[in-house]
Amino acid sequence: MKEFLEGSKAIAEIVKFCKPGVISAYPITPQTHIVEELAQIVADGKLNAQFVNVESEHSAASTVLGSVACGVRSYTATSSQGLFLMAEVLYNISGMRFPVIMTTAARAISAPISIWNDHQDVVSLRDSGWIQFHAENIQEAVDLHLIAYKLGEDKSIMLPVMVCIDGFILTHGVETVNMPSQEDVDKFLPPYNPPYKLDVKNPLTLGPLVDPEFYTEARFALNETHKEALELIPKITLEFSKVFGRNYNGLIESYQVKDAERVIVAMGSVCGTIKEAVDELRRKGRKVGLLKITSLRPFPVSQICEALKTIPKIAVVDRALSMGSFAPLASEIKAVFFGKLKKPKIISSFIVGLGGRDITKESIKEIFRLLTGKEKQGEFIDLKPELLKESYE
Amino acid sequence: MKEIRIHARAGQGAITTASLLGYAYFLKGMYPYAFPSFGAARMGAPMNAFVRVDSNPVRSRSQIYEPDYLLIVDHTLIRGFNCFSGLKDDGVAIINAKDDTLEVLKLMAKQRIFIVPANEIALKHIGRPLGNTTMLGAFCAVTEELTLDNLNSAIEHRFNQKLQEVNIKAAKEGFDYVRSASL
Repeated sequence: MKEFLEGSKAIAEIVKFCKPGVISAYPITPQTHIVEELAQIVADGKLNAQFVNVESEHSAASTVLGSVACGVRSYTATSSQGLFLMAEVLYNISGMRFPVIMTTAARAISAPISIWNDHQDVVSLRDSGWIQFHAENIQEAVDLHLIAYKLGEDKSIMLPVMVCIDGFILTHGVETVNMPSQEDVDKFLPPYNPPYKLDVKNPLTLGPLVDPEFYTEARFALNETHKEALELIPKITLEFSKVFGRNYNGLIESYQVKDAERVIVAMGSVCGTIKEAVDELRRKGRKVGLLKITSLRPFPVSQICEALKTIPKIAVVDRALSMGSFAPLASEIKAVFFGKLKKPKIISSFIVGLGGRDITKESIKEIFRLLTGKEKQGEFIDLKPELLKESYE
Repeated sequence: MKEIRIHARAGQGAITTASLLGYAYFLKGMYPYAFPSFGAARMGAPMNAFVRVDSNPVRSRSQIYEPDYLLIVDHTLIRGFNCFSGLKDDGVAIINAKDDTLEVLKLMAKQRIFIVPANEIALKHIGRPLGNTTMLGAFCAVTEELTLDNLNSAIEHRFNQKLQEVNIKAAKEGFDYVRSASL
């Protein structure tokens, strides 16, 4: 049914339909509305779940680790510094192969403090072993949560999934969403039935100390599972489209790429603005396009290669930095084509929209303008040089 | 596509205003995207809320720099900001103020400004100086994009019964105020 919903509320509603038995979270801007709404849903008796209030994000992550270990579907959400406080536990969750589903309201990181949106928090967790999805709009955010549970809990996968949605832009944005029915969700998502769980009758040790004889294989297996997830995601999205009628590739989305001469690669809500800019430039005869990355982990290397190998010029848009090196997404896109014979001539890298600096259609057009025959490395868009002149002395 | 920018201070209900407006458009079968932008993220600090609305789903996520319509919930903001920045040549601004207290800048030929004593009207009906629904009533009258019925349905969707009644009255008076002023 079509509804006009705030992103946070829509996510809380879809989580309710997924029927987690345990929810634990610590409020942090801009994730707060999601967990407030879920706490209300549980208090109103609309969801038979335990909402565990905790004193920190570290405890929230530990709580859902414990509850999934006991075989109970679980959910948490966080943002920015809260995600960092969780970090130690997040590696344990993936290492122990527990399909926790978490919403991260992507936000800048301290210092200086910023509550506004970019991707520095989530992108820095790319090596945590979690599957990581990025949503363009509220509809996609809702749908990716269903796909996340289905994927993470698949017996061949058993991995946690992080659904990243841009803070404020999507968490506090209100738009038309086609909300699925409980019946359809039940059709798509069976109850959680894990192959292993903590049970006093059948004692089991999870995540123990292993000596060098075993550790490498555990990590190898986790890495292999990410490759298997790459194969499974398109199958799940196909099943999703049969139940809900919305089509996703789940890995990437190509928008006006086929005959394009210049293509931007990006993630998250900015892809909407880029599509608008692409349409405007196309009307003027410019052959431009967008490649949207939905799945940052696993990283769909061959799909990206296939989509972009004949495109002369690529601009990678990062909303995060890797200080002292290439921007994170840019370095991965470059890696995709390293050593390939057929590849873009130019792969330029641009940094945009840190700490909530607005990304306008003009910012996007500026990126296309700067995407010339000379490769750009980590070029900042909308930088204010006058602010750089201020000094302490 | 129409773009609406709301100027207010945090705590004055600008987000509620944007989502009421969005919901009213939604009821007409349009695709609105309502969203806030906080300044200092503190109560009383200047902030904006926006509504971008189209007959197709809205994809653009940037803030609004060239609005068709402006709603200025707190006229004291005009002192420190150019609230009218980027207003379209045929744009409309609705300002919550008593008209004798306000100096308004010169307009382009087709731009229109409406001053509505929304806080006074709200005080009368709601008992608190929250002029948002009054201004939305004025918005319906001025723009003719939404009917008062659309707005009332949005108010009914949002508020409990007691608040519905008083806000619907406040919206009606905002509507009538502008209608009678422009006759």
